[in-house]
Amino acid sequence: MTQTRVYLDAGGRAPVHPAAREALLTALEDGWADPRRLHSEGRRARHLLDGSRAEIAGILGCRVEELHLTPGHTASLHAAVQAVAAGRRRVGSSVVTSAVERAAVLTAARHVDRDAVAVPVDRDARVDLEAWAGAVGAPGVALAALQHANGEVGTRQPLRDAHELCRAAGVPLLVDAGASVGHDDVGADWDLLAADPGDWGAPAGVGVLAVRSRVRTRQPGPEDEDPWAPGGVGVPQAVAAAAALRAVTAERGRSAARRHGLVARLRSSLSAVPDVQVLGDPQDRLPHVLTFSCLYVDGESLVDALDRAGFAVGSGSACTSSALEPSHVLAAMGALTHGNIRIALPREVTDAEVDRFAAAVGPAVAAVRAMLGAEGL
Amino acid sequence: MILDARGLRCPMPVIRLAALAREAAPGDEIEVRWTDPAAAHDIPAWARMRGHEVLGTHELDEGWATTVRIGERDAP
Repeated sequence: MTQTRVYLDAGGRAPVHPAAREALLTALEDGWADPRRLHSEGRRARHLLDGSRAEIAGILGCRVEELHLTPGHTASLHAAVQAVAAGRRRVGSSVVTSAVERAAVLTAARHVDRDAVAVPVDRDARVDLEAWAGAVGAPGVALAALQHANGEVGTRQPLRDAHELCRAAGVPLLVDAGASVGHDDVGADWDLLAADPGDWGAPAGVGVLAVRSRVRTRQPGPEDEDPWAPGGVGVPQAVAAAAALRAVTAERGRSAARRHGLVARLRSSLSAVPDVQVLGDPQDRLPHVLTFSCLYVDGESLVDALDRAGFAVGSGSACTSSALEPSHVLAAMGALTHGNIRIALPREVTDAEVDRFAAAVGPAVAAVRAMLGAEGL
Repeated sequence: MILDARGLRCPMPVIRLAALAREAAPGDEIEVRWTDPAAAHDIPAWARMRGHEVLGTHELDEGWATTVRIGERDAP
């Protein structure tokens, strides 16, 4: 019997939503021209681009002037950190993040502030609010950055309190909602918000960055008509991003509830596998993200074993990447960093596929342990 | 007891340590030497899962050494 592949690594790059595909093809016909040109073709592209920005702004809850399209999510985060740091240079130069931010946030923070503060987190990866208060309340803070929810383990951050503390200190808060928008309600507790169309089912090639008009920014790069995306973004990609966001937002409640339940089921069956740690908050989390670590297993072998069994999964273990350092998220949580598997359920996933995966993990883990001579330890 | 796991990549240092811990008696101390950065996190995480105690870590000329005291319950 042949079984189809099961894709469970939909974080950052999800299967393209049918609405995005359709919008992309239409926009390739109607929106290929340079939107900065004044002829009819250019104006038509401009009209499509403006409409996409308005649609995304409406869904994220900001004004269209506050909504910028960028070349991608990493570019959004780099640009946000650099532009705020430059804009608030007179106030100070220090940057505060949580210890579990995406690598792009941490590297950008260190790029503008060699001594950037990474506030510690608890066992579930939730930021320590007391330490956060101390860090953002210190003199000379240009910017703070805290994700809406952690993209590896799913835990939501206490954004309301964290943002309140930033407001009291007069520090703008950048919220990385790259793993959340399209799956969860991200609320309004932010001053800058970065969202990732590739994660919500649009083709890669465009990013979204909302900047409240009250935030002072200055572009550190050369002048351009569109400083957040020098040279402009691809109009068809922008149209596809907006169409996908509209579609996934319309079905979000149902899809989130269904996947939240599937992850709960997975969490409980994985906990029964010997020496497996299921990480992150079991309840206050993204609906579709799950990470677990398996003692005495190397992540690369486990990813390979699951791949051969038909399942595509991710891993934050150092053993799987060319980087020598283990996942900074797992390390900050005090969790086991080896034998690590990350799941991001795509919208289309079926109950049967999740159950098949749950049944496949135990044997795959046992096989890797046997290969490493780690049975019975 | 001393375990030299320097040069081994994750998860081998922890696997070698667990094998040695199985032979040890409660209260025994094992000094494990390692170079893989994952061991810095994974030795304490393993010790917590198995009821052992990490007494401390210090830097060597090459790599680091972590001392673990074996606990009462080393049952998987």
